[in-house]
Amino acid sequence: MNWTSFDTWIVVVGIVTAIACAVPGCFLVLRKMSMMGDAISHAVLPGIAVGFLLTGSRSSLPMFLAAALTGVLTAVFTQWVSKFGRVDRGAAMGIVFTTLFAIGLILIVRAADNVDLDPGCVLYGAMELAPLDTVSFLSFQIPRAVLSIGSIMLINIVIIAALFKEFRISSFDPGLADTLGFSSNKLHYLLMTMVAVTTVAAFEAVGSIIVIAMLIVPPATALLLTRRLVPMILISCGVGTIAAALGHYGAITIPGWFGFDSTSTSGMMATATGLLFVLAWFFGPTDGLLSQLLRRRQDLEEPEALRSVSAPD
Amino acid sequence: MNIISVISRLQVVIVVCLIGLFLVSCSNGHGHSHGHSHGHSHGPKPGGSLARTEIVWPTAEEITDVAFLKNYNTRLVVISATCLGIAAGIVGAFLLMRKRSLMGDALAHSTLPGIAVAFIVMVLMGGEGKSLPGLILGATIAGVLGLLTMLAIRNTTRLRDDVAMGFVLSVSFGFGLVLLGIIQKMPQASAAGLESFIYGKTASMVAVDFYLTSGIALCAAVATLALFKEFTLLCFDESFAATEGWPTLWLDILLLGLVTAVTVIGMQSVGLILIIAFLITPPAAARFWTNRLSTMVLLSAVIGAVSGWLGASISALIPRLPAGALIVVVTSSIFLVSMFLAPSRGIFARSWRQRNLRKKVDRQHLLRGAYEILEANSFDSEHVANRSFSRAELLAKRTWKAKQLDRIIKAETSFDHLVAGPSGQLQLSESGFGEAARITRNHRLWEIYLVTHADIAPSHVDRDADMVEHILEADLVRRLERELRNRGASIPSPHLIPASTENPATAS
Repeated sequence: MNWTSFDTWIVVVGIVTAIACAVPGCFLVLRKMSMMGDAISHAVLPGIAVGFLLTGSRSSLPMFLAAALTGVLTAVFTQWVSKFGRVDRGAAMGIVFTTLFAIGLILIVRAADNVDLDPGCVLYGAMELAPLDTVSFLSFQIPRAVLSIGSIMLINIVIIAALFKEFRISSFDPGLADTLGFSSNKLHYLLMTMVAVTTVAAFEAVGSIIVIAMLIVPPATALLLTRRLVPMILISCGVGTIAAALGHYGAITIPGWFGFDSTSTSGMMATATGLLFVLAWFFGPTDGLLSQLLRRRQDLEEPEALRSVSAPD
Repeated sequence: MNIISVISRLQVVIVVCLIGLFLVSCSNGHGHSHGHSHGHSHGPKPGGSLARTEIVWPTAEEITDVAFLKNYNTRLVVISATCLGIAAGIVGAFLLMRKRSLMGDALAHSTLPGIAVAFIVMVLMGGEGKSLPGLILGATIAGVLGLLTMLAIRNTTRLRDDVAMGFVLSVSFGFGLVLLGIIQKMPQASAAGLESFIYGKTASMVAVDFYLTSGIALCAAVATLALFKEFTLLCFDESFAATEGWPTLWLDILLLGLVTAVTVIGMQSVGLILIIAFLITPPAAARFWTNRLSTMVLLSAVIGAVSGWLGASISALIPRLPAGALIVVVTSSIFLVSMFLAPSRGIFARSWRQRNLRKKVDRQHLLRGAYEILEANSFDSEHVANRSFSRAELLAKRTWKAKQLDRIIKAETSFDHLVAGPSGQLQLSESGFGEAARITRNHRLWEIYLVTHADIAPSHVDRDADMVEHILEADLVRRLERELRNRGASIPSPHLIPASTENPATAS
């Protein structure tokens, strides 16, 4: 294996994606809306189709805008169905995203005669190719994905930092947020907009599965390790970063053990986040399975000693 | 500073920033993307593409052909879609009750590594690699592993179901992609078409697929119905079931195992998105029509069956409409209709009831306001005289808007409770006066009840009384009255009536 600047850029893209996703992802996990990333990444299909059919071009801007808009609409519709129809939010999400996906599929298939649009190719960018597409930024040649996802990352961090107190209160106690005078509903939609924009921007460049994984798994891992919000956000950024580096390294080395070349980097990054989650799950300092087991044994030992004394047998 | 205005301004700034950034990144990356899209220069002119895709309507003969399943291929597709709709509708109802509707989504994604491993194993054993039973077995094993992981996360950590589902979905799908990346480089076999296992191949269904799909779907449906009582208990009161000695964990695993079976079998025949929709939408639609689980399960199966049948039939009639997507659209339409029109839980019915209640409450407020004005103007609270009063006095009684008050006055006039008094003033009619006295009495009764029986502070009583009093039924009020009379209490207001503090009849 020889590591090149190409590989470094792939890792950089991965890290930027991880942080861009992990910051809003923490709030998604806290609000029990973890499946939103998955829902949005399926539901943007009609937006992409309409954006393409209206402009007839595959340039990224109209498609990006249409897709991001559809992503926000997914959140809005989900909210409507669950609020006005009194449907469980998970179910509402499922109904909305499957319907939107189906409409997008019908649009694309109906237009398939004279439209060359492969949903797979639009939806699933290839991470391995991200460094090939470069732009010049401050006289440096950097991958376009780093610029686009990096700016999204910065915007996400700025929004969360600026409205940190509000996001925190409305995540843990929406009622209190409303009585304090800022609408938790508006914050909800702001968060959903962030998730939609991040999801669309990132999967256009690096594929959707890594976005879905980075939105949920690093925050979930962090939640296993801490009960405080700020450490949770920092840990999830760290976990995402490690998973990105580990994932790409694994993708180019592990297949070598079996005589193969390399494999999907984004898939391996998702797998790496899973690995880190399992580590935290088993060996977490306070809530890990191992320490739970040890604590239970400690708790049991003393009373059992007493019981053996007083037992009548 | 107002936080809401900050947020909305921030949103504008973000959108502008985003557009700017993407304009920059797009124009910079133009060279590349142009080169990429060069090969597709035969693409459509802007806006012209939809116009050329008119729907060719089928003839009556074609419609009867499809309706009576005369064509062999149509028959396979329509019947298996219907069977899947029934099975998913039944199983999905329990998922909805357990608030785990997205389980199908997670399970469907988590089968990918199983499919890949099954393919690798079959190729290494010298087989063809794409044999359907082998792939189904691999998918099922991976699905069961996924669901066990979800249950383990739920039962041993602080994380909720949604995180567990998201974790299993993304990590196993990612791992599946890793395996697929390796398979693509295996020299022995071509992996082309392996994805169609997940995305479905409705149109090219053959007899084996048909028997497998319909058979397993119906088995899952029958098994769920056989365990109806146990699953109901699990859905409504898991801890009660556990204390009664039911093996709740095993029941949970069994239920999710049935979900896995339906998901795997549905996914490979009609596609991932359709089976997710099939598990969620028919039960959610059925929920609007009934409060009984058994009725809901039945209805959900019927809705699943109807949408499977209708969607597959339309897809067979009109070219280039994918069956899976069409079935989803039909199911969602049924859901939308149910959500708006269902008799008691539908949006229209509920908002109609709310509107009527609000109107009733408004009218009662008006009458009580009027009565309190009259009471304040008369010397003796026992003998309140029905005099005329002005609109301004009423307006000062409550925090209602002028327009709202005019609307309520109009409604009360049409009920003959209010008549125009002398010189533009208002006056209660005979029946209106009686009604107003009754309402005021009820309100005070209720207030006293809240103070004496429900331990509510007198300063809070007016609001609470307002909320509940309008819903109380007449005989309950009579019972309250009797009880209070036994205690020898009269019925003055227990607190100061706002805007008429000089009222001698009110005791604080």
